[in-house]
Amino acid sequence: MEIKAAGLGKSYGEKRVFRDIGFGLKDGQSLAIIGPNGSGKTTLIKILCGLIRPSEGILNYYGNGMKIKPDDIFAHIGLVGPYLELYEELTAWENVRFFMRMRNLENISDQVNELFEFFKLSGRETDPVKTYSSGMRQRLKYIAALLHNPAILFLDEPTANLDIQGIERVYQVMEEQKRNKILIIATNDHDDLKFGDEQIAVGT
Amino acid sequence: MLSKIWKLALFFWMSMVIIGAFLWAPLAQGLGEYTRILYFHVPTAWVTVLAFLISAVYSALYLRKRDIVLDKRAEVASQLGFIFCILATITGSVWAKMSWGSFWNWDPRETSIFILLLIYAAYFALRSAIEHPERRATLGSVYSLLAFITVPFFVFIVPRVYASLHPDPLINPQGKINMDGKMLTVFLASLFGFTVIFLWMFKTKLDLVSIKMSIKKREI
Amino acid sequence: MQLARKAWYIFDKDIRQEYKTRYSVNAILLFAVVTLVAVSFSIGTFGASPDIKSALLWIVLFFSAMSGLAHIFVREEEKHTADTLKLLASPTSIFLGKFIFNLVLFVVLQLIIVPLFFAVMDFSVNGVSTFLIILILGSIGLSAGATIIAAIISKASAKGALFTVLAFPILLPVIVAGISGTKIAVNESNIMAAASEIQMLFAYSVVIITGSVLLFDFVWKD
Repeated sequence: MEIKAAGLGKSYGEKRVFRDIGFGLKDGQSLAIIGPNGSGKTTLIKILCGLIRPSEGILNYYGNGMKIKPDDIFAHIGLVGPYLELYEELTAWENVRFFMRMRNLENISDQVNELFEFFKLSGRETDPVKTYSSGMRQRLKYIAALLHNPAILFLDEPTANLDIQGIERVYQVMEEQKRNKILIIATNDHDDLKFGDEQIAVGT
Repeated sequence: MLSKIWKLALFFWMSMVIIGAFLWAPLAQGLGEYTRILYFHVPTAWVTVLAFLISAVYSALYLRKRDIVLDKRAEVASQLGFIFCILATITGSVWAKMSWGSFWNWDPRETSIFILLLIYAAYFALRSAIEHPERRATLGSVYSLLAFITVPFFVFIVPRVYASLHPDPLINPQGKINMDGKMLTVFLASLFGFTVIFLWMFKTKLDLVSIKMSIKKREI
Repeated sequence: MQLARKAWYIFDKDIRQEYKTRYSVNAILLFAVVTLVAVSFSIGTFGASPDIKSALLWIVLFFSAMSGLAHIFVREEEKHTADTLKLLASPTSIFLGKFIFNLVLFVVLQLIIVPLFFAVMDFSVNGVSTFLIILILGSIGLSAGATIIAAIISKASAKGALFTVLAFPILLPVIVAGISGTKIAVNESNIMAAASEIQMLFAYSVVIITGSVLLFDFVWKD
């Protein structure tokens, strides 16, 4: 998988959020997006995920040398962020099963159980997400984002709401991802920054 | 200079229409003096439909090209359409009162123009409820097109249920007109005049909007 | 087919949520019952012609739909799960899944509302099959239109009132044809008597579903 971005910019009416952002990433590379709160890190992440249209610039994804259509990107990416919630009336398992079905991965129950164990949520699968603490929700979001082994993993505030153990798990995930695939994080936390081979500053 | 000329020409044209409507064209049987409203009511109704079509076209173009100017054009067309729709409804209502004794009867054509009024009102209500300009343009355009595809079905509901009070034998906007030659002349002249007025207002408002836009751009 | 399968999964998810919260079901049923009571009470002992009752039925149905069919999108926006969904499926499958949900919800609730209406209002029809065809086709049209409009208003503010304001002109052909067809069914047992209403409702359903599927892309993506 490869990403190429050039001259990306976003404005809302007259309010410009950022302009002229460009970079290129291949498998085994990672990017850290930094900037003060409200600077547009999340907007940039959303643009890269295809959730928002950029006002200007070019963004292309390549898989196996061939260009991937923007409408098909979502199948290859995973996103964890504070604005991306799960269905709280449903149980954790119902949520994850929904994700599995939508990702055409109905037979990976074993791997999913492993993920639950890894993030220390085993035994809580049948609880409604409503009853989860914010730290547990964050970990569940990771499970949902990882179960299809995404070629690109986007983490907006990777360690938000997590205790030391949770952070340690997430660091493992980030290491794993940037080794063979692509990792893009947006963060203010200095400890997270070491996971970005490259850095881009937004809004400064 | 040129623009002054055609504006004067338009003024002259419409004056002739008004004079013709009141002094020259004969009265239709059964309608008496009330015939005269025909020359003003039907053209306003026609313009409102024209505006609706134009708005739908620009809405579709906006969704395709994403140029905000296209959406502005759709919006302006709708604004004018709304004004003319109100005029058509009022003139129609006055005519109804004079001819048949009551201002409103849910006669099929009255109903159609009223529905168009509702569509315009809904369109503006939607636009004013959205803050982001891009989103406002996109959703407004989608609604405009939704309305456009459902409007043909009003042709179905128009002859439904209620007997028509509309003087159909005499006036049929579809083109089968059984009018006296003079009446026809004034009518078509009025139709043409109103269309030109609409296009002129359209262009003027658009110019105003683009001036506002370039002022804003310079302020950034 | 991929599209159908994903739409089904979304439908399943929404049904589960609805089962646990019963938000839309409650809204629609409560509204229908309250309106029915109000209507019946207002008419009182004076009685009303079958024509009027036909109209009242569709008014109750329309406004009941307005009270509950927007939730399917509004909830996604309010609970911030809309982006989650965007990253899981194509817009068309999302629309179809939500449309089917609204349709099923609406039709199932009609199983309660319609007989209740018949009983409370002392209403009856000769052409039962005519009536049922009109009801089903009308429900399809209403649900499709309501779904696309719900998607539109979920991205705006002041969602409640806006939903009805936007939906009414679009759905008016369905309401009028529904009323007209019901009136015919009161007297005629022959389905062909309501042929033009049935044709119109069918054509409308095709047009609104096709148009909504094409336009939904623009609504859903920012």
